[in-house]
Amino acid sequence: MSNLSVNHLLGIKNITTTDIKLILETAKNFKEVINRPIKKVPSLRDITVANLFFENSTRTRLSFELAQKRLSADVINFSASSSSVKKGETLIDTVNNILAMKVDMIVMRHSSAGAAEFLSRKVNAKIVNAGDGAHEHPTQALLDAFSMQEKLGDLKGRKIAIIGDILHSRVALSNIFCLQKLGAEVKVCGPTTLIPKYIEALGVKVESDLRKTLEWCDVANMLRIQLERQDIKFFPSIREYTMMYGLNKTMLDSLSKKIVIMHPGPINRGVEITSDVADSDQSIILDQVENGVAVRMAVMFLLAGRQ
Amino acid sequence: MKPKVLLENKQLEVTLTRLCYQLIEVHNDFSNSVIIGLQPRGIYLAHRIQKLLEGILKKKIHCGDLDTTFYRDDFRKKELKPNKTNIDFIIEDKNVILVDDVLFTGRTIRAGLDAMLAYGRPNDVELLVLVDRRFSRNVPIQAKYIGLVIDSIETQNVKVEWEETDKKDRVTLIDK
Repeated sequence: MSNLSVNHLLGIKNITTTDIKLILETAKNFKEVINRPIKKVPSLRDITVANLFFENSTRTRLSFELAQKRLSADVINFSASSSSVKKGETLIDTVNNILAMKVDMIVMRHSSAGAAEFLSRKVNAKIVNAGDGAHEHPTQALLDAFSMQEKLGDLKGRKIAIIGDILHSRVALSNIFCLQKLGAEVKVCGPTTLIPKYIEALGVKVESDLRKTLEWCDVANMLRIQLERQDIKFFPSIREYTMMYGLNKTMLDSLSKKIVIMHPGPINRGVEITSDVADSDQSIILDQVENGVAVRMAVMFLLAGRQ
Repeated sequence: MKPKVLLENKQLEVTLTRLCYQLIEVHNDFSNSVIIGLQPRGIYLAHRIQKLLEGILKKKIHCGDLDTTFYRDDFRKKELKPNKTNIDFIIEDKNVILVDDVLFTGRTIRAGLDAMLAYGRPNDVELLVLVDRRFSRNVPIQAKYIGLVIDSIETQNVKVEWEETDKKDRVTLIDK
């Protein structure tokens, strides 16, 4: 018998290795469930979940919503673009109004780092962070770890490279915490301007040469250039970025071993990764999407199970 | 109080063999019947019954494991850990024999009935248990095939051990 050590999933940093392993183990059961002819279980039939997306999202929102429906939870959706937030309502007021409708769990994406943590201290509901600014995106890190484990087995001692815009990426930060807790080695690679200054303090290696990084790693997690978060120019042009840090099939085939290619989406085909790499048999990008539903089911099932 | 042994070795084997012949009386050659053991502890009994039946009937009997965790009604009242479900045959229109080691409140079986429906609509469902703790039911569920009926109180526990996991075949009544 086991349970999570936390009441909310705010980030990977503040959960334990045991928690991560429990979530991944439970996700295996849910992966079996979502591959049945009847993909639904009644576990959360008495739970109402609100999905609050103050920032755009396709995959994560759909994945969470599907996970909630597969668990038989009642779901309400909210997106900032069509709400009273535009009329000047504060975050706390918006959320308290939603909670007044008797909601038990909140899944939130917000453009400010720490928004989920802030909410968890102010309101009485289980909070799942679906991405807060450039801070954390815990469920993405968990589904990435789940997908890697499926492909490689135990991640202890495995070498994982995270390549691209590390500076603006919440996926990178959550992945680093998660992979290190599972005993993997992490290296980040990208233009110096897109690598946070003190990232080595987290115990990750930094490399600026793409080929060297790919030769070193077992898994390459390719990240998107987040132009929407870049207020100044971090590199001369997209074309130059692609020449230096874009992964193409010629380079992939010239490596001495077969590495696994991952991408959290959305892909900018032809920028960080070419189409033939994204669609190659080394890519597990669509497995990541499938596993996302199972992992999110596990997270919500385990959080709801806490009294 | 010292644990009281209810069934052991030879007696247990006799009981299991009797249950098998009772099943054969109803299901003949098992051409349209399957066995489903309930996780976590019912699967050992289910696989034991499967082996004995295969020995008697000289043919393969389908036997699967079913996990009920996601269908339980006491979720949030206690910590539950899901187990594997492994049913590699079709239960649509089959005669299903649900198997569990101990029948107590009946809630596990209720969850098992729900969980099973996710795999299809069986023609007929029966329940086989090794130990029936009568007068303790919370839901109207009764077993058709019973190894042993006992009277027990709530502060007692029935422990079923199997050679496969516990190195001996034994059923004991213990005080919590």
